[in-house]
Amino acid sequence: MCGIAGLIWKGGVTSDIGSEMTQMLQALKHRGPDSTGFALYGKGDEGVHVLRFKVAEQEEMKTGFDIHRLVIERKAAVDTRLAEMGAEVIEREDATEYAFRYHFKFDGDLKRLIDFIEDLDGVEILSVGKALELIKDLGDATVVSDQYGLKGFVGTHAIGHTRMATESDVDIRSAHPYWAYPFNDVSVVHNGQLTNYWTMRRDLERRGHRFMSNCDSELIAVYIADRIDRGDELEGAMQRTIDVIDGVFTYLVATGNQLGMAKDVMGAKPMVLYESDEFVGLASEEVAIRSIFPREIDTWDPYQGEVKVWAA
Amino acid sequence: MGSVTTSHDMGLHEEQLAGRTQQMFFSATEEENFTYPWAYEVDFEKAAEFDAADMEIADINIAIRDLMKSGHGTITVKNPRAKHSLGVGILNRLNLNFEGSLGYFGCGLIDGPNIHISGRVGWSCAENMMAGKVVIEKNAGSLFGAAIRGGDLVCKGQAGARVGIDQKGGTIIVGDSVGAFTGFMMQRGRMIILGDAGDNLGDSMYDGTIYVGGRIASLGVDCVETEMTDLDKRYLEGKLSQYGMSAPNGIDSMIKLTSGKQLWNYDNLEPTEKKLVL
Repeated sequence: MCGIAGLIWKGGVTSDIGSEMTQMLQALKHRGPDSTGFALYGKGDEGVHVLRFKVAEQEEMKTGFDIHRLVIERKAAVDTRLAEMGAEVIEREDATEYAFRYHFKFDGDLKRLIDFIEDLDGVEILSVGKALELIKDLGDATVVSDQYGLKGFVGTHAIGHTRMATESDVDIRSAHPYWAYPFNDVSVVHNGQLTNYWTMRRDLERRGHRFMSNCDSELIAVYIADRIDRGDELEGAMQRTIDVIDGVFTYLVATGNQLGMAKDVMGAKPMVLYESDEFVGLASEEVAIRSIFPREIDTWDPYQGEVKVWAA
Repeated sequence: MGSVTTSHDMGLHEEQLAGRTQQMFFSATEEENFTYPWAYEVDFEKAAEFDAADMEIADINIAIRDLMKSGHGTITVKNPRAKHSLGVGILNRLNLNFEGSLGYFGCGLIDGPNIHISGRVGWSCAENMMAGKVVIEKNAGSLFGAAIRGGDLVCKGQAGARVGIDQKGGTIIVGDSVGAFTGFMMQRGRMIILGDAGDNLGDSMYDGTIYVGGRIASLGVDCVETEMTDLDKRYLEGKLSQYGMSAPNGIDSMIKLTSGKQLWNYDNLEPTEKKLVL
């Protein structure tokens, strides 16, 4: 069933989006307690990339003693490859024992760097971006938020997801949001099931795109990345998904400065929208928006087949 | 409900789907409509209110029941804050006011109460309502009034997709537009939409009537436009004025839609009756 939520402060206003998104997703916990994911968009420094990656799954950490050695080895290998490609790592931060956050400077071909790092066994890049930071793990919103210290994260917009696993496994790999690899700052969360997943996946794989999981939602991120790569605007790419993707879906996309939503032609999955002069909030259920705005607000449900995009 | 707006008295009911147990008509003035043995004796003059801001869903519904038990006939719930499943399963006469918005499944499975909601409602509001009146001042989500069997369900704003899906009676009024598949598999009753309607309006409807005041994106399978009679106009005028609403372009410009009955491939007999005949 899954719960999705998104928020954006307009006109360059920044806020504690880490806490706001945590509250929104906690209110949607009943829609999916398996895993929680955040895509938070901060201010970012000029020329500095933020890299979020993990070198093991949470369950793996509990099951083998050898994994702790592997984690150290894998992290060292990532460091070596970053240095080899000429990336200058400014800051290293351990979010957990198996997930890390790096700030680095790099002028070369980013896709090559990312491919080179991901080529390592067991290493998965969650996100690379100037503004985007993607965090996902097992547990509810508060658990993940506390584990990764997200409260107090200042930024302009965010999307988030609470997952009820229906089509694939309960692990970090299948958790949302998905980063639109290898595009800076593009991420997607989705609620629904896609029925032409394999047909479209094979088509995209033939075009050279990589899929990390067997989760159908990843397809939306990859498809949008592909369309943007071929020159589409975000809104145009989203409009296309309504026609070509089969199944039921409501999804949110965020880029460095935009937030978008799209709903399938049947309007089968819920989405409540609140829009004021300075803020836009979207969620599967109104309770999520109310968790940050307890006062009475006017909300409505966007219709089937609708695509909307807002800028920060 | 005055006699002018009682559609049955006006001779509007001509549905042919007359299975044995299906035709039930409700009038708020008739005492025998409140015949549940467990119904509480309530006094409309006796009013109570409480703040639901920090309460759990079950506790709010229990609080409403407790107040009915103690004879309160008018209950006001403050700050419902879009919580789900509030005001469900009330089989009693009662004036219930929500000062705020409800989440999913609000006021479902009710029989008898008169409910007013000052905010909006989420998905599946008043699902399977048997009788009573629900008035919503703002917007409604999808599946508004799914499978209702009687009573009046009024949304003064816009409603989502699949409004009145499987409607089996009663009246649904929406002040603004509705989404796709509105009136899907409608079987009886009336739906009044003052704004625009989405794709596949009245798809596969068996019977019943849909009135639309705005533009229609597309009609569903076997949903056809029918001539508006003076009786229809009188009914619409009476029904809308009852809730202080009016058609944006006047009642004369409204369109009446019914089933084309091209998909009717069955008879009126219940399975048990069929055995007797054959």
